[in-house]
Amino acid sequence: MAELLGMPPQLFFGQLLLGLINGAFYAMLSLGLAIIFGMLQIVNFAHGATYMVGAFGAWMLMNYLGIGFWPALILTPLIVALLGVILERLVLKHLYDLDHLYGMLATFGLALIIEGLFRQAYGISGLPYEIPTQLQGGTNLGFMFLPNYRAFVVLMSIILCFGTWYLIERTKMGMYLRATTENRELVRAFGIKVPRLITATFALGVGLAAFAGVMAAPIYQVNPLMGNNLIIVIFAVVVIGGMGSILGATLAGYLVGLVEGLTKAYYPEASSTVVFILMIIVLIVRPSGLFGKEQ
Amino acid sequence: MLPRTYFLAFLVLLALLPHVLYPVFLMQLLCMALFACAFNLLLGYTGLLSFGHAAFLGGSAFIAGQAAKVWGLPIELSILAGTLTGTLLGVGFGLIAIRKQGIYFAMITLALAQMVFFYALKAPFTGGEDGLQSIPRSNLFGIIDLTHEVTMYYFILALFLAGFLIIFRIIHSPFGQILKSIRENEDRAISLGYRVDRYKLAAFIISAALSGLAGSMKAMVSQVVSLSDVHWSMSGTVVLMTLIGGTGTLFGPIVGAAIIVSMEHYLGEYLGSWVTIIMGVIFVICVLTFRQGVVGELEQRLIKRKLPFQSQDSTS
Repeated sequence: MAELLGMPPQLFFGQLLLGLINGAFYAMLSLGLAIIFGMLQIVNFAHGATYMVGAFGAWMLMNYLGIGFWPALILTPLIVALLGVILERLVLKHLYDLDHLYGMLATFGLALIIEGLFRQAYGISGLPYEIPTQLQGGTNLGFMFLPNYRAFVVLMSIILCFGTWYLIERTKMGMYLRATTENRELVRAFGIKVPRLITATFALGVGLAAFAGVMAAPIYQVNPLMGNNLIIVIFAVVVIGGMGSILGATLAGYLVGLVEGLTKAYYPEASSTVVFILMIIVLIVRPSGLFGKEQ
Repeated sequence: MLPRTYFLAFLVLLALLPHVLYPVFLMQLLCMALFACAFNLLLGYTGLLSFGHAAFLGGSAFIAGQAAKVWGLPIELSILAGTLTGTLLGVGFGLIAIRKQGIYFAMITLALAQMVFFYALKAPFTGGEDGLQSIPRSNLFGIIDLTHEVTMYYFILALFLAGFLIIFRIIHSPFGQILKSIRENEDRAISLGYRVDRYKLAAFIISAALSGLAGSMKAMVSQVVSLSDVHWSMSGTVVLMTLIGGTGTLFGPIVGAAIIVSMEHYLGEYLGSWVTIIMGVIFVICVLTFRQGVVGELEQRLIKRKLPFQSQDSTS
């Protein structure tokens, strides 16, 4: 097996793995975005900024308090979720009765503020973050070298996405959630505290983004603008998957990552635009997204 | 119904301003004001939020700059080339994005504009990170020397007024009334027999073309086109200008552009990157408490005082 599809297998699998890693992050982020949208009817433009805050949270815990990767992986999402609760109570709560566009605009403003503040404090050059010692090194699979940490990221992402899917589709809490998405007033009439449920959903969504941010810290550099362009790719992913669908958002995340990786292997010039081309094709062929329901 | 006295006062003000304020700053302002007015035609009068207008502004600016610098076209043809670029991009974006409404429309236009951004980043003729620099200003029609900033100002003012009057005409035409009916109630417009998608597409293309005109003007004024002109933060800026001035009002976007451009121009050197943070704060405040914008609030107060029983038409 000297050549695979016209190129050395190491290179081919290398790009595929890179795509899978990116896809793992896309999936976690678009999942959070889809959950928030389903419940709050707000397209959270600050989702990329939240992801960045997650990465910075891990870095700050490490550098200011000496707290390592593993505790940070739990602590940071909790802290960010708490901040999310405050934000939802202070700002987003007032937007639910307005046109959906205002939610997008308000979170756009929030993204500008958050990213601006971090840029003011840390500049735009990236800060390094070490891979935890337990996951350093890699495994030779024969046809390629697999770094342990990257395998861990993919695994965690799959576990997390499955866990969230289970929470929403198979538990009582998820049932309330889905019911609220369908008909808020009716659920409220049954005595369920809908506003609290909404706050919890937002906290869950931003917590997921922060979790992704912590996991991204050792791979990509910790940078105030790391979520800046990512959020637009995530939007495209959500359009490809179909906005209402949690499963769609997750699968489209991995799909886009893999397609991007393959494009990087065969035609690197188009690797940053292929997501959007994919989105255009999906919109023309299946306007409601790959997994979305026809309205 | 444009009160003639207000409009005349506005004209006199614009004609006199370059003798008081720095003309280059005023020209920048006029370009952004036209950009915001074009954007407002879509958001304020058709109800479509595009988050991709930077592609029309920046894309056409790059082509106009390229036309003047490399192809050696005179200034009027360069601007025409830029405007055509905006129009063509508008046709492409519109055909894809018009299939969806509301936030989907915003997300799709954003994604399409990002594609243009990446293209501009990679394409050789845009100069990548450096942008397109030292764009020449040829004589207008081969006669009028435009290197003098005040002369250039009047040329830019003429183009701005032309664009503004086109928008004014459209808003007050039967076509504009249909656009407004789509904004108010799309289903009802459909049931009345209007082919809503065609009207939306037409509004989108006109808006893109006028944004292209604004972009080409900007390229000729600053003689530099940079990647920030196509970046999505520019799309955000135009939303902010329209929102702060008053969505769906005729003069709102001009006021909004004046506020934002002045802020960047006069406070930029003291505040540095705080400008972004302040813009974010203004954004949030506008959405939470000031959705009518400056002109919207003013109009509402005036109308309330004068005609307490008449229905409020914010487009008057």
